[in-house]
Amino acid sequence: MSGTLLDLKQIGKSFVVKRSLFGAPLQTLRALDGIDLTLKRGETLAIVGESGCGKSTLARVVLRLIDPSEGEIRFDGDNITALSPSALRSFRRKAQLIFQDPFASLNPRMTVGDILNEPLMLHDVVPASEQDGRVSALLVQVGLKPQDAKRFPHEFSGGQRQRIAIARALAVEPDLIICDEPVSALDVSIRAQILNLLADLKAKLGLSLLFISHDLSVVRSVADRVAVMYLGRVVEEGRAEDIFANPRHPYTRALVNAVPLPVPKRESRPLLQGDVPSPISPPPGCHFQTRCPFVIDACRTGRPPLEPCGGHDHRSACIRHAALPDYDSPMRDHATAPVLKRLMAAFVRPSKSETTN
Amino acid sequence: MRAATSQSWRDWLLSEAPQSRAQARAGQAYRRWRGFTENWLGVVGLVIVLTLIGMAIFAPWIAPYDPLAQNLSQRLQPVSWQHWCGTDSLGRDIFSRIVYGSRVTLLIVGLVVVTVGPLGLILGCVAGYYGGAVDRILMRVTDIVLAFPKLILALAFVAALGPGLENAIIAIAITSWPPYARVARTETMVIRNSDYIAAAKLQGASSLRIIMLHVVPLCVPSVIVRSTLDMAGVILTAAGLGFLGLGAQPPTPEWGAMIAAGREQIFDQWWVATFPGLAICIVALGFNLLGDGVRDALDAR
Repeated sequence: MSGTLLDLKQIGKSFVVKRSLFGAPLQTLRALDGIDLTLKRGETLAIVGESGCGKSTLARVVLRLIDPSEGEIRFDGDNITALSPSALRSFRRKAQLIFQDPFASLNPRMTVGDILNEPLMLHDVVPASEQDGRVSALLVQVGLKPQDAKRFPHEFSGGQRQRIAIARALAVEPDLIICDEPVSALDVSIRAQILNLLADLKAKLGLSLLFISHDLSVVRSVADRVAVMYLGRVVEEGRAEDIFANPRHPYTRALVNAVPLPVPKRESRPLLQGDVPSPISPPPGCHFQTRCPFVIDACRTGRPPLEPCGGHDHRSACIRHAALPDYDSPMRDHATAPVLKRLMAAFVRPSKSETTN
Repeated sequence: MRAATSQSWRDWLLSEAPQSRAQARAGQAYRRWRGFTENWLGVVGLVIVLTLIGMAIFAPWIAPYDPLAQNLSQRLQPVSWQHWCGTDSLGRDIFSRIVYGSRVTLLIVGLVVVTVGPLGLILGCVAGYYGGAVDRILMRVTDIVLAFPKLILALAFVAALGPGLENAIIAIAITSWPPYARVARTETMVIRNSDYIAAAKLQGASSLRIIMLHVVPLCVPSVIVRSTLDMAGVILTAAGLGFLGLGAQPPTPEWGAMIAAGREQIFDQWWVATFPGLAICIVALGFNLLGDGVRDALDAR
């Protein structure tokens, strides 16, 4: 049960931005740069970072929608970096993606039934006579009604559409589901419902999730482990509680500082200044040096390795991780007023009969 | 009483809270129809096209004479109550020939659209979906065909295939698919990058399946609009081929060929060439107006 499901070794992906007249690449964008990650069976690994840091590219590379430029992807022990088309098709049964925008991920001309039927048909998941029943079961599983199969996507709200997308991902009975910002396009009021649904399904079906998000408060509620990405590199990785309570990389600290709190404190927290450098020409050495408050000369040469910096496989790619000052994380569980606690609980409480949004 | 019934029908169709799916669909179709009829030019086009179709279907009942019956004692008669549009140099009634000619025109338009639409759609979708070398090759072929003036290319094909109605249709079809391929390609390039195509790919759908079941259905509306706009051009090309003697062969009453037959008498017996010319003009205008109306009604852009 606790075997490694997904193992990424030194994954890199470059996109050619500009070509010469004869097609030789002139400028490349390094979207992913030496990504080393593992995901255990039944675990939720969250990948966080600002927009443009390579999170979505990573999701697409893992699913082989984009081919990696270098590195090796192992899924369940098998190398899937170079699969034949037919082997790739059977790999598709094991890993699925939930897209960010439920308004773009469902074909507007197909009924929900057709959308859910397609994977069943393509992989012969169930005999043809049982397909309708399976579609109904899938809809019920995500909190929709069997009759909804006859309707078109535009008849549903954003949250319901995301449920349909989840049902589609579940149709092939995958081991791994990659969620690419599954709730960031949804209203705040619906996010908790979808997150609870994902958590329920994960527990019930024994799924592993790769959860991509820029929203740390969402990540904290779902993730077992967290990897923080900055400009195509993983800068810190560890158990969720370690990352949030005791971040060992200045960038992670800046991200944690930027999370809105239910009870804001008076004193302002230091926030990041400046913009992310262009991924076409990142600074040499540590990518974060241009915005880092703790930068020293050594940061400007050589790529900082992702090194263990504490217990429980906590790793940080900061050469000064031991020298960083103590940090009072605003996301550590503080004593909260009981009234507020109850109020917050009301918002995240999972309920059995969520059918509408 | 009648006004009251039609009022309640309209209320039922325009209801804000439809009781059934059928009512909602009917209401939506009705709203779209109302949007179309707001454009009176489009309605004029529709009336013209419907008249043409009616003429073709009921030709034997509408035409007062046999379109092929020659009556040399009645040759080149001017416009009169016996011969509404006069007679031609073989004494055939021109009005009857125009009525029967609508069948030929509709046949050409229908066959060309039926062959060209799917052909252009498939080529465009394949080029747009695969991109890269496939796209470049297919689109350069399209450009080559597009670079020739349509009539001249059709002339070349008919000259090679031999004159005749079928060959004219084939020639027109060969020359008029590129715009459809262009439209379909542009649409496909947008659709290709959408998340639901990525989702279909992730589910293990083959490229063929994605093109045929996901991309093509989404391109169909714009191709339909394009083809209604294109019909006038097809009619003109067909008439042009007929005028040059490369389309329908005598004695088939084809409008272009009728003009050609009348061109020697154009100054003395003006009606021989004028009425078929008017027919071509009105029908081409009708298809253009209808096409504009359909485009405005279907396409919000």
